[in-house]
Amino acid sequence: MTEASRFTQHALSEWMKGEGPDSDIVISSRIRLARNIREYPFPMLATNGQSKEVAELAAKVLESEELGTISRFTLLPLADLDELQRRVLVEKHLISPALANESRNGAVILSDNESISIMVNEEDHLRIQCLCPGFQIKEAWDLAGQIDDVFETQLEYAFDEKRGYMTSCPTNVGTGIRASVMIHLPALVLTQQINRILSAITQVGLAVRGLYGEGSEALGNLFQISNQITLGQSEEEIIDNLYSVVRQIIEHERAARQRLIHETRPKILDRVSRSYGILSYAAIMDSKEAAQRLSDVRLGIDLGFIKNVSPHVLNELLVMTQPGFLQQTAGEKLTPEERDIRRAQLIREKISAAG
Amino acid sequence: MLCQECGKKQATLHFTKILNGEKTEFHICETCAREKGELIPGTPNGFSIHNLLSGLLDFEPSAHSTVANKAQPSRCEHCGLTYGQFSKVGRFGCSECYKYFGDKLDPLFKRVHGNTVHIGKVPKRSGGLIKYKREIDQLKKDMLIRIENEEFEQAAQIRDQIRELEKKVAEG
Ligand SMILES: [Zn+2]
Ligand SMILES: [Zn+2]
Repeated sequence: MTEASRFTQHALSEWMKGEGPDSDIVISSRIRLARNIREYPFPMLATNGQSKEVAELAAKVLESEELGTISRFTLLPLADLDELQRRVLVEKHLISPALANESRNGAVILSDNESISIMVNEEDHLRIQCLCPGFQIKEAWDLAGQIDDVFETQLEYAFDEKRGYMTSCPTNVGTGIRASVMIHLPALVLTQQINRILSAITQVGLAVRGLYGEGSEALGNLFQISNQITLGQSEEEIIDNLYSVVRQIIEHERAARQRLIHETRPKILDRVSRSYGILSYAAIMDSKEAAQRLSDVRLGIDLGFIKNVSPHVLNELLVMTQPGFLQQTAGEKLTPEERDIRRAQLIREKISAAG
Repeated sequence: MLCQECGKKQATLHFTKILNGEKTEFHICETCAREKGELIPGTPNGFSIHNLLSGLLDFEPSAHSTVANKAQPSRCEHCGLTYGQFSKVGRFGCSECYKYFGDKLDPLFKRVHGNTVHIGKVPKRSGGLIKYKREIDQLKKDMLIRIENEEFEQAAQIRDQIRELEKKVAEG
């Protein structure tokens, strides 16, 4: 087994197996810090030699003892990964499409449980990312801060008293922080309150993004909520703001779920059970339908209607049913039609194995 | 909700843009977002919300500042990027660009973040002095409040604290 395949063969990262708080609604919490090294041009303008040096500097930090106390890490140069492996890492949210496709001397540093991923030579020299299961945005910030501190003792960051951490893009300057949570809001969608909520979220300086499949519509009632502002607010203010808004959304979603149970119980039971049945028996399944049906089953589990499927299986299927992972499992390139057949088969196996 | 650009597809990106101090909501679909995102070279597939935000940045200088630009073309001497190129690409070339483009950046940061000055984390190795300076600023504010409230004893204590810190800053 190669170093890379250790991270690409499983769909479910070790950190995803943990039960985070509010995990009936919040799938995961993520912090990303953008950092650059003084003296070196940002990756967009760096020469081949300069970006190579940056990669070497980052690799050297791996040898530091302090980092070793946090986790064991593996450095994967993108040049050593084939196209499919890169795609799988993107589908697991461990690297960005930009790092996979366009970076020069790009690399990723991954912790053993895959909760920490440090991208090298993406848009900035370093992108430190920490992921936690459930609603643990403050915990993710703690962890990212620790990693940041270690890198800071080894490297001289590009930092300015007035502008803070200097980044390639003006939208990241200051704290360089992007805090985001992935959240499942089926009841707010079903009760048609979602538009009002999305509007309210953007009003308080947060951005919301639907999760995509191959098409162009928000899929599976999954949304990613993140901060827009990085300059002029402290990290704590940014995280507190996101935290309190998400906390309120969680309460709205819970209330909407209770209402669904009380007012339309047979209808919601029917919807959830049908999706469960279809996932258990269908022979062809496109990504859009899969996302919607998996969302229904997730809701069914959270409402107590479905008892024999673990939410972990759903998290695993979210990644496993993506094109890159399907093709890696098949060991060959697949047409969209072939993928739909494979996807249905995989879901059947996973769901019935759990049942 | 439907995309406000094409009016056909489902909007999947939701955010606000601050223009002249006024917040405008955006709700657009992936396709329209991608079209806007493509304004930024180097990110054809690596589209993200941040690319989009910077793609929507109104970098067009006002008539007034265009004159100023022509009179004094600004260029980062470290990496060679000109302000004009920066406006087009939406990316800095290096950390020195911040210095060379200087105060020109204030309106841009104001538009994107509503702020121009960082108040968050400071790297420890370069941050000792910055931390003291910030503490001094805060203490000065506290002292004024004490004086206004005629709490002179406490104000004097704070004054002494400020003197200590200023000594540390002077010593480097
Ligand atoms: Zn559109
Ligand atoms: Zn420069």
